[in-house]
Amino acid sequence: MRCVLLITHDLPLSSDHQELDDGPESDELIQLITQDGERTQGSVLQRWIQDVTDEQLGSLYEDMVVIRRIDTEATYLQRQGELALWPPLLGQEAAQIGSARSLRKDDFVFSSYRESGVAYCRGVDFEDLTRVWRGNSHSSWDPFVLNMATPQVIIGAQTLHATGYAMGIKNDGADSVAVTYFGDGATSQGDVNEAMVFASSFQLPVIFFCQNNHWAISEPVSLQASVPLSRRAPGFGIPSLRVDGNDVLAVMAATRSALDRARSGGGPTFIEAVTYRMGPHTTADDPHRYRNVDELAGWAAKDPIARLEKYLKSSGRFIDGFQRLVADKSDAVAHAMREACKNMLDPEPITVFDNVFSEPHAALTRQKEAYAHYLSTFAAAE
Amino acid sequence: MQSMTFGRAINAGLHKAMENDPKVILMGEDVGKLGGVFRITDGLQDHFGANRVVDTPLAEAGIMGSAVGLAYRGYRPVVEIQFDGFIYPAFDQIVCQVAKLHYRTQGRVHMPITIRVPFGGGIGSPEHHSESPEAYFTHTSGLRVVSPSTPQDAYVLIQQAIASNDPVLYFEPKRRYHVKREVDEAMELGALPMGSGRVVVPGSDVTLVTYGPLVPTAMDAAEAGAEDGISIEVIDLRSLAPIDYSLIEASVRKTGRLVVSHEASQTGGLGAEIATTITERCFEYLEAAPVRVTGFDIPYPPSKLESHHLPDLDRILDGVDLALGRRATLLGQKG
Ligand SMILES: Cc1ncc(C[n+]2csc(CCOP(=O)(O)OP(=O)(O)O)c2C)c(N)n1
Repeated sequence: MRCVLLITHDLPLSSDHQELDDGPESDELIQLITQDGERTQGSVLQRWIQDVTDEQLGSLYEDMVVIRRIDTEATYLQRQGELALWPPLLGQEAAQIGSARSLRKDDFVFSSYRESGVAYCRGVDFEDLTRVWRGNSHSSWDPFVLNMATPQVIIGAQTLHATGYAMGIKNDGADSVAVTYFGDGATSQGDVNEAMVFASSFQLPVIFFCQNNHWAISEPVSLQASVPLSRRAPGFGIPSLRVDGNDVLAVMAATRSALDRARSGGGPTFIEAVTYRMGPHTTADDPHRYRNVDELAGWAAKDPIARLEKYLKSSGRFIDGFQRLVADKSDAVAHAMREACKNMLDPEPITVFDNVFSEPHAALTRQKEAYAHYLSTFAAAE
Repeated sequence: MQSMTFGRAINAGLHKAMENDPKVILMGEDVGKLGGVFRITDGLQDHFGANRVVDTPLAEAGIMGSAVGLAYRGYRPVVEIQFDGFIYPAFDQIVCQVAKLHYRTQGRVHMPITIRVPFGGGIGSPEHHSESPEAYFTHTSGLRVVSPSTPQDAYVLIQQAIASNDPVLYFEPKRRYHVKREVDEAMELGALPMGSGRVVVPGSDVTLVTYGPLVPTAMDAAEAGAEDGISIEVIDLRSLAPIDYSLIEASVRKTGRLVVSHEASQTGGLGAEIATTITERCFEYLEAAPVRVTGFDIPYPPSKLESHHLPDLDRILDGVDLALGRRATLLGQKG
C-alpha cells in the first residue's frame, strides 16, 4: 500500500540556473496545469517535468486521493473521540505530494505538524499518522528510517534544523538535500529568517518549502507579509519561485529544479507554493469566525484533485476503472489507519520517565523508583 | 454580583482596564477577530478597534520587543502569548529587556507591560501546550509574576497587573477557564494588593501552599483531610514574585508543617524556594521537613500520561501524610 516513488534522481543535472538566479523578477504564479485541467507550455519550469508520463500523473493523482481520504478519516476519528486533535490538510494535497514525491530517499525532511501527505510519501506506517494526535507519544516514527524528522509544533524551528543538516551534507561532500516545510505564518518568525541567513551565507543544499495556505489560524497572509512571500528570500540572497500550489506538476517541477540546484552546489532555494487551507486550522478551530464563505468557494473551484482529474480525463489515459481502484485503495488505507488507531494501547504510566536523558541520571532514577512504588500501592489496594 | 467563568472574568477585567486608560493596548496572535484561541479577548476588538486590540504577525520576539517600544512611548501593552510553550522565542526580550530596562536606565524608563500566559496542563493538548514555565521568570529580578485561581481574582489581578508600572507575567491556569463563580466587579483593587497571598481554607495541623491551577485540588485535599481528622490550612499564593512570606510564616508558626505543591517540575522550582525560605525563617517552629508535591523532572508528557505527572488529590494527601509523620517517605516524589 506504499506509493511508488517517481524516478527523479537520474534526471540530467543542469548547469544552467539562469532562470532561478535572476530571482523573482515577477510575482508570476507558475502553472503547468490550469484550473480547467489543461497543460500549459512555455513555462521556464517545463523542462523539469518533460519525462512525467500520464501514467505517472495517475500515480500522483492516486496519492492525492489517498491522502485526502486519510485526512478525512482522521478528522472523523477526532470527532469520534479517538484523537484529541487533528490538523487537516484539505486543499494542500498537490503541494505536499508534488514536492515529497520529487525527493530521493536520502534527502531529509524537516516539517511542521500539517505534513501528513509528506509523511505518507516517505512511507510512514498508518498507525504512526495518528499516534501523536491521540496523545500517546510526542513522536511517531524513527527519523532515520523515513529520513524525515518528527513534526515540529514550535512555528518555524524546523527550518534551522534543516539548515544545520544541510551544513552536514555539505561538509560530508554528499549530494542529498535538506527540505523544510513551513507555513506562511512561519515566515514571520525569527528562526525562519535566521535559517535563511545561514543557508545563504554558507550556500547550503536546503529547500525552504513554504506552503502559503493563506491563513495562520485566524490571521491572513497579508498580516505576515505585504508582498508575495517569495520576495522575501532574495533579500537574503536566496533565489525563489512562486508556484501554483494546487498544481501538482508545477510543484514537482519547482521542487526538482531546486533539488538540482542544491545537488549541484548551487545552494538554497525558496519555494512559495500558493495554496489554500480549506478546512479549519485544527479540529479545535472555528474558521467561521474569521473567514468568509466566498473566499472558500473561490478556492474550492481550484481544488488540486479535481484539476488533475479533469486533465487525466481529457488526456484519454484516464480510465474509469482506475478511479475505482484508487477509491478502493483509499478505503483500504483509511480502514487500516482507523483500526491501527483504535487498537493502539495506552502507554504505561512509568514510561513518563523514559528517555529524558540518554545516560542514567541519579535523581530521576530515584523519582522513577519512588513513583513505581507509589503506583504499586494502588495495585495492591485493588 | 455576576456569575462569570474564569475566562470571562479576565475579559471583563481587560475591558475595564482598557476603558479606564486609553494607553492600554492588547497585542498577540489571533487576539482580534478570533478573540484568541481561548476566546479570552472575545469582542474586545469589536469594541475598541484594531488599533487597540492588535493581531500581530506570528512572531513572539517581535511581539515582546514591540511591546518594549510601545512602553517607551508611554503605552501599557498587554501581550498574549498563545500557549505557555511559545513564550520561549520571546524569552530574550523578556529577561534581557523587559525585566532590566528600569534598572538599566536608573528608573527613567518604565515597562508597564502585562504578559498573559495561559499555562499548565490537564486539557489533553499536544506538546508545548501544557507547560509551567513560571520559575524561569521568578528567577529574573525586575519581573513580577502572578497567577489567579478564581474568577474574582482573575478579574482583580489583571487590572492590578495592567495598572502596575512594573512588568507583570500573568499566568492563567487554562484548565480552569470554564470554572464559573460570582465576581464582584465593584471590588476595590486596593482591597487585596497584587503582592499578597490569601488563606483560602483555614486550618491548624499543616500548611499547604499552592497557586493557580492547583488551588481547587488543594481545597479538595483540605476537605478530604477534614474527613480524616486533619486540619489543613490552604494558602493561595496569588503572587509568585514576590512571594507573600509573612502570610506563609504566620501559618507555619501555627501549624509547624509545610507542604508546597505545583505542576511545574521539582528541581529549581518554586517549592524549593519556599521550603528553603520558610526553613530559614521558621526553623524552630517546624515539626518536620517541608515537603514538595510537584510535577516530575521530566518534559511535559504526552496527554495520555499527563495525569501521572500532575499532582492530584492522592499525591497531595500523601505529601500531607509525610509532613505529619504518618509515613517515612513521600511515595512517588522523593528525588
Ligand atoms: C512559536 C509558536 N507560536 C505560536 C504557535 C501557535 N500556533 C500553532 S499553528 C499557528 C499558525 C501557523 O500558521 P502557518 O505558519 O501559516 O502554518 P499553517 O498552520 O497554516 O500550516 C500558531 C499561531 C506555535 N505553535 N508556535
